[in-house]
This record gives sequence, C-alpha cells and structure tokens, in this order.
Amino acid sequence: MIAAPKRTDIHPKERRMILKHADDPSYDTSVDCYIEHGGYETLKKALTLKPEDVHDHVMKAGIRGRGGAGFPAGMKWKFLDRKSGKPIYLICNADESEPGTFKDRQIMHKDPHQLIEGMMIAAYATNTAKAFIYIREEMPHGAVILEQAIEEARAKGFVGDKIGGSDYSCDIVVHRGAAAYICGEETGLIESLEGKRAYPRIKPPYFPAALGLYMCPTIVNNVETLCHVVHAVSMGGEEYAKIGTPNNSGTRIWSLSGHVQRPGYYELENGKHTYGDLIYEIGGGLKPGRQLLAVIPGGSSSKVWRAGERFKGKDRGGNEYDWAIEDVPLNFDGPMTAGSMSGSGAVIVVDDSVDIVDVLANINAFYAHESCGQCTPCREGSLWMKKITSRMTSGHARPEDVDLLASIGDQIAGRTICAHGEACAWPTQSFVAKFRDKFLERAERQAASGSGDIRLI
Amino acid sequence: MSDQPDNLITINLNGKDVQVEPGLNIIEAASRFGIEVPHYCYHPHLSVPGNCRMCLVEMGMPGKDRATGEPMLNDDGSPKIMWVPKPVIACATKIAPGMHVSTESDVVQKCREGVMEFLLVNHPLDCPICDQAGECRLQEFATDYGRGHSRFVERKNVKPKRTRIGPRVMLDDERCILCSRCIRFCNEFIGKPILGFTERGSYSTLTTFPGKELDDNYSLNTVDICPVGALTSTDFRFKMRVWFLKETDSIDTESSVGCNTIVGSREGKIHRITPRRNDEVNDTWMPDSGRMLYKQVEADDRLTAYSIAGKPCSGEEAVKAAAELLLQGQGKVAVVGSGRLSVEEQFLLRKISEVLQSAPTYAVARYGEADGKLISADRNPNVRGALLTGMIGNLPEEQLEDLRKKLESGEVTHLLAVGEDLAEAGIPAELLKQAQVVYIGTRHCDTCQHSKIELPLLTVFEKSGTFVNQQFRLQKFNQAVPGPAGTLFGLSTFTKLYAALTGESPYAPSPAAIWTHMAEEIAEFSGLRYQDIPKTGKVLDGSRFDKLPFREGASLHFTPAAETANA
Repeated sequence: MIAAPKRTDIHPKERRMILKHADDPSYDTSVDCYIEHGGYETLKKALTLKPEDVHDHVMKAGIRGRGGAGFPAGMKWKFLDRKSGKPIYLICNADESEPGTFKDRQIMHKDPHQLIEGMMIAAYATNTAKAFIYIREEMPHGAVILEQAIEEARAKGFVGDKIGGSDYSCDIVVHRGAAAYICGEETGLIESLEGKRAYPRIKPPYFPAALGLYMCPTIVNNVETLCHVVHAVSMGGEEYAKIGTPNNSGTRIWSLSGHVQRPGYYELENGKHTYGDLIYEIGGGLKPGRQLLAVIPGGSSSKVWRAGERFKGKDRGGNEYDWAIEDVPLNFDGPMTAGSMSGSGAVIVVDDSVDIVDVLANINAFYAHESCGQCTPCREGSLWMKKITSRMTSGHARPEDVDLLASIGDQIAGRTICAHGEACAWPTQSFVAKFRDKFLERAERQAASGSGDIRLI
Repeated sequence: MSDQPDNLITINLNGKDVQVEPGLNIIEAASRFGIEVPHYCYHPHLSVPGNCRMCLVEMGMPGKDRATGEPMLNDDGSPKIMWVPKPVIACATKIAPGMHVSTESDVVQKCREGVMEFLLVNHPLDCPICDQAGECRLQEFATDYGRGHSRFVERKNVKPKRTRIGPRVMLDDERCILCSRCIRFCNEFIGKPILGFTERGSYSTLTTFPGKELDDNYSLNTVDICPVGALTSTDFRFKMRVWFLKETDSIDTESSVGCNTIVGSREGKIHRITPRRNDEVNDTWMPDSGRMLYKQVEADDRLTAYSIAGKPCSGEEAVKAAAELLLQGQGKVAVVGSGRLSVEEQFLLRKISEVLQSAPTYAVARYGEADGKLISADRNPNVRGALLTGMIGNLPEEQLEDLRKKLESGEVTHLLAVGEDLAEAGIPAELLKQAQVVYIGTRHCDTCQHSKIELPLLTVFEKSGTFVNQQFRLQKFNQAVPGPAGTLFGLSTFTKLYAALTGESPYAPSPAAIWTHMAEEIAEFSGLRYQDIPKTGKVLDGSRFDKLPFREGASLHFTPAAETANA
C-alpha cells in the first residue's frame, strides 16, 4: 500500500481538529492506534445518549456541510422522512472531485477511523439501517484503507452488529465510484450506488431525505462533515459552536493550490483568517516577481475574483463591509458575501504568468467533459462554451465571443436538473464579466495577426 | 374532464383563474385550456425524467407568513404570490390549489429560446433527407419558440448516422436529442432494458446493450415517440413525405384488443399505420405486427376480381349468380361468417342466413398466445360483434367439426363462406369439391379452388364500420383507401346479395343506414347512431354473454370478467 506523505510543517495558524493526528509520523491507520489516541470514545459516549440528544448536539454545533453547499448537517437530518417506515440510509460522499480539492483524501488515507466513528455516530443519531461510503474510483488506495479499517472496527465491535454492546446495529459498505465528477452530486451518487448511470434526479420529487437510495430516506454527507460530528458530540454541541465564528462554526480544511509558494491543505478555524492570510502568510505568497491575477475561492466552479477588485455593501447583520480579496473572511459566508462561494474549500491562486482565457478554457474543458449529458442546457452549453474557449486559445478568438459566452452561461444557470449547470456556467459568466478586457484583447491581438478568421461551417 | 366538479381546484394560468381536476402536472393542466407547454422528454404514458428542459415555466404559490401561518396579502387584499426564483419544469410539477403559473413570461420565452438553441447546435439539420420532417418537434418548436438564427460556428459533433438497432428500427444518433423516451419505453412498457446511452455529455450516444437488439413486437413505438428523426421505421424510411399522408382513423384487426390506429395513405396507397391515443384501450401504443397489416391490401394473393365458375364477371352478375345458387340449395345451405367482419357485415350476414331458411351460421375461432399487452389470445377482432348481432349464438370453434359432419351426411350441400378459408378450418378438399360454394373473401385460398362463385371482400382499410373489442367497446374504423378497381363499395356486396335473395332492398349499403336497423333490433345497440359513436369508442353492455368462456387473459386496460369476479 502506498502511504500518503505526511506533512510535518504544520503552520502555527492552523487549528487542527480533523487532521490532528493525520500528519503525526508515528500515527497510522490501524484501529489500535486510533483507540490509543482516544478513538471511539465518542461513539461509546453517543451510544449512552438518546439518538435525539446526539442529533441535538449536531444541531447546536451548527456543523455546516463541507462538501460545497454549506448546508447545516443537523437540519439535513431533520428532513428525513420518518413516517414512511422505510429504512434510513446514510451515505458518506467521498467522491471528492471538485478541481482544486484534496482534503477528504487526507482524512481517508491518514485517519480513516475518525470517519468511521463519525459515520457510526451519525448513523446512531438518525437510526440508519445501513451506511455506505461512496469513494471515487480514482482513490483506490483510500478504498482499500477504508475497507481494512472497517474490518478492524467491526472486529472491535464499533461497526456491525450490536455496536459497542448496545442494541443498535449498522454496517458500513465501501462502494467504489464510477470515475465521474457527477457521481459527487448527491442524487447522481445515489443513482450510481444503485448501479445506474449517475444521472442526477429531479427535485422535486426525489429529495434524498424522502426518496433517496432505493427510494428510501437517505442522508448524504461529506467526509469532513461526518468527521466534525465526532468532535461536536465529543465536546458537546454548544462547546463546539464556540470554535470559529457565529454561523460558521468549527474548523475547515482549505485546499490551497495554484501559484503560491506553499500549496497544500490547511485546517483553519472558520472566520478567524482571511484569504489574504491563507495566500500570503500561510501559503507563502506568490512566486517572486509575479503579480496576482485572480483567485478562485471555492473550487473551480465558484465565481472568480479578479485581483484588485473590491466588495462593498452591507451584510445580513447590517454591517458595512469594504473588502479586497485579501480581506474576505475564510468561512462559509464570507466568499458568498463577496459574490462567490467557499464551495469545497479549494482556493486556486492564479498569477500573471498565465493568460486568463487559457484558465477558462481549462475549466470549460473539465465541465464539458464531466457533464452527464442528461439535461439539455448543461449538456450542450458546456461543450459549446468549451469549443469556443478552446478555439480562442488556438488563435481564432473573435470579439463577439465574449458576449456569446456570457449569453450561453446565462442560458444554462438555473435551468438544469442539478447544480452542474451552475458549476459549468459560473466560471464562464464570472470570467467574462470580470476579465472582459482580457478576452477582447486576445481577440484583437489575434485579429491583428490575421489568425482571427474562422470559417463558418 | 372530471365527472365530479366538486373536486376541481383553482389555479391561475397566465393571469386567469381556471378550474381543473387535481393531480395533473402543469403540462396536462395547461393543455386543458388550449395552452401548449412545449416538451420533448415528457410523455403521458412514461415516467418523468425532466431532462429536456423545454417545458420550463414560472410558478408561484400564495405566500404564508412563517410566524403566524396567515396568508400574505398585497396592498389591494389579493394573495401575495411568492414566485419560485428559478423556472420549474412543467412536466414534474403537480398543480396545487392557488398555484400561479406563467407559460408566457419573458423568462419562459428566454428559457425556450435557450433550450431550442442548445438542441440545435449539434443537430445535423438534415431535414431535407429526414423522414421526421413535417412531424418533427424540433422543427415545430424551433419555429414557434426558437431564435430563428444560429450563433454556432464551431464544428458539430459527429455520431453514427445509420445504425440498424433492430429488424424494424434504424437509428441516427446525430439527430437524437437524448430525451430518453425510447429507453424508458423499453424499460417500462416492453419491460426489458434494450436501449441505453453510452459516452457522456454532448457526446452521449443512444445504443443497444451489447448483444441485444430492439426486436420486440413493440419496437416501432419507439419510432412514434421519438420527437425527432433519430429513430425511423425501416418499413417507412424514405418512402413518403408525411405531409402528403392522409390520416384515417382505424382499428388494428390482429386481435380482440382493437388498438386504435391511424392509417397514413396517399392517392389510394397506404404507407404506414401508427397508433392513435386511446387511454382506455391502447394508450399510445400498438404492436409492430399490426402496423404491417396494410400489406394485405396489395398482397400477391389478394382476391380482386369477381368470377363465376372461374370466368371473370361483374360484381352484379356474381351477386345474382350467388343468390341463385344459394336459393337452389334452400334448406341445405350453411353460412360461414367471420370474426373479422365488421358489425354491420355480420348483421347483414345474419339477415342473409335468416332468408336462407335460417341456415346454420358458423364463425371460425383463431387463438394464439396473448402477450399480456396489446395482443390478446383471440385473434379475431370482432367475435363479440358476431355475438351481439346474432350472427352466431356461441363462441366459435377453431375447427368446423359440426359443419364437416353436415357436409359428410349431405345435410348441407351449399355453402356461403365469408372471409374464411374453410380448408384451414378443417373442411377437407373432397367435401368442398362436392359442395356448391360461394366464397366472399379478401384473398385467394384453398376454398377458392373449389368455389363456384368468387366475390372479393374489402379489407378493413377499404371500408368503414365498427368492431366490438374484448371490453365490449364498440369502435369505429373509417375507409382509408378505395377497394380494388371494379369492386362493389362499402356494404354493397351484402346488401345486394340480400336484395337478390329476397327481391327487396331495405338496406342501404352504408354503416349509418345499417345502424338504424340494428339500433331497433339489437337491445345493446338501442338508441345508438353510427355518427354518435365517439372516437374513443363506446362500451356496450355485454352481460348477455357473461357465461361464455372467453379466452382473453388480462392485458393493458383489460381484466377478464371472470378475474374481476374472483377479485
């Protein structure tokens, strides 16, 4: 088995909860090691509580989903349709595939039992009949590690029949994904888990909380989210909620990539730091002699920020703000206030060594390739945008492409079955809106060189 | 429309309050008021995938105060409508009391324009060589809701252009808009996964599962429901432009299910048969086998000319000669009718038998395997018509044992065979040879060889009339094409024969005229007029025949009386 490299240079600003032991060279993935470090104590504690009380801790902790949408996990559990009498399923979404994101991998590779413990607590709180880990195809080692960990946990009585000597039983199944980005969309994931093409379902009526896996009530939570459940129950919901800032509780693992000196994953207390801290201090800043061009704040699908732009206005609380990119708080709400989103916590830094058209072309190629093809606007729009931007990068940019791209994006967002529509439209919409001059410049430069002509087909 | 107006709920459609039955989706509800919500993937008889996004509309509900639960009101006291921020799909959104729907707003129009443009960017636009042209939803909606010009200058995707996915169906993947109707039809109606998509995104390609082919007897329904020209019928492909086709309502005669059909013909030639929607009989489906029945019109063995003792003659001469021959045999005549004849023909045949001293009258049963869908065990379309009209008094047998015995004993010497080959029904050639046979039929057969007089019979496509299906549903079919040149039209063969036998002509040769007589004489038809029979048919009282051991099992929209009683 290939061990994931340990990162020993933990930045002093980090507050490690989830990754507390992950990079400890003496820490391994065995259940004994986990127990030695106090593992499964929280599960034992949870089993002494009523499921509603465990749920209550999660509600009070205010754990928000770390997968992308930032929806409160406790609330999600509350929506479960318990009247139907059907079994309830819990799915851990380990299909981490948003470009720029590499946090769940650290957890699964380095501390799988934390996830298993979180899942079992969540399962107990929701009276889940069976739990699944849907791990993406491209993480084969992770799947092997998880399977082994579950086996060990089962032997110790933490998974399977009569957990921890209680009356509650629940098993975990590791299911390897089908190597598609769309398998990370929760209803696409459910379809894939059922053995079908990962075509996201229409909502209504197929809300997972009511009609999920095998048409039974289902919870789908991200890996990191489920790990936070352990800490929320361990320290108590109210205590947990004190970490971070109000409505943005806990810590979060940020995946920093792109043109910074120290790319990597950093677990930070929510709202206590800014994008400036992450990029310049924790991430070591840009490479010498480079200028910041753009920041993609929450995974490649989030709307881009252009260096130098300012975000002004009043937030929900009525407080005025006037931020540069560097001032935006690193939490759930900060990037949203600044017109984008924290998404999966993947911060991609772009410096002036690249052409912004190339960046968009790259992103568009990804989303066109990953569109499942089920519904029209995303299927046709994503590929059309990709064709345009790849034509632009190959020397045939036209000035009118700028408005055309924006218009195509507008025709997709908000009109599709799942959020892939927005995921593929937002980059184009935001890049074109914010870098209009760069796009036009490219077209004009190519027109001047005589390569801008294209033939109508 | 609902029978119980109390149930109706009020919704607001484009600013107008309307009453409509609950449980409908927005597409169906709007269509009740003549408002079209364009759609591709939605089909009333298949599951709802919501993938084409053509039916996006704006929807809102009256707002309620979260704290108090009280309705929110505008300044003028009207309910405040909370419009959903994103457009919703009309196919998967069920109406609810107070719901506001806009199918005409700017947002909706922009949505349709966008979807149309997307559907066309990779579409080959080969309408000039496409069979679907003229009945293509892509053409129609592009005209009605599209932008009218293309902004697409990239290369279009290339996909397989002509794939034979089954013996009767061809696939053009470039035209496919990936609505998945055909896939759902196979999964949900045929009950077998045959079709599916490979590849992803815009490169998604419809294909059959490895080693499978679309060879089911319902495969051509995929062609009907394909909103574009991706799936075409091998039989119809490149034969005729659809706008030239005259469409005539007809009935599938292959079994007692009586699928409602549309016959497409041009200048007296039939080019295709497609199903006609009847939600109480066949929904929107029909078997492939029934679509090929038009080939009997121009079949090689088609009987097209009258003859007496092998010599060609006119229709009038043949009828006269037939009457003379049958009258010679008075008292020793038997009549063999058919469960394939129309109700009107069966009634006239009964009248003819009565004139011939109540000659014993038979019909020939035809049984096959039922498919539980739209082909029943009884392969005659109109046995119940024969019972109702009194042409026969009991269920027919497959072999005419009784008649054979009567021929052998000499009790019967003269035969009038209508629409049935007696040799097939168990009458040996030597007996036929001895008998004096008048044959009225659609095709040459062994009976013809021994008949003295031959008269061509019109096929279902060449006459109008009615059948009674397994549900005792009286269904009309109309003449699509003229009969073979020189043949007597409509019911003339029967009315003229009756006249020649009796010297009286009380019956005009049209179904409507016959119905005035039938309505008087037959209790179940009482009060009915031919012209009043609805397009979807009319269920008659079949209780007179409750005791008969009909062989049909359960099929789509049909549960046998015996099973209903047991349940």
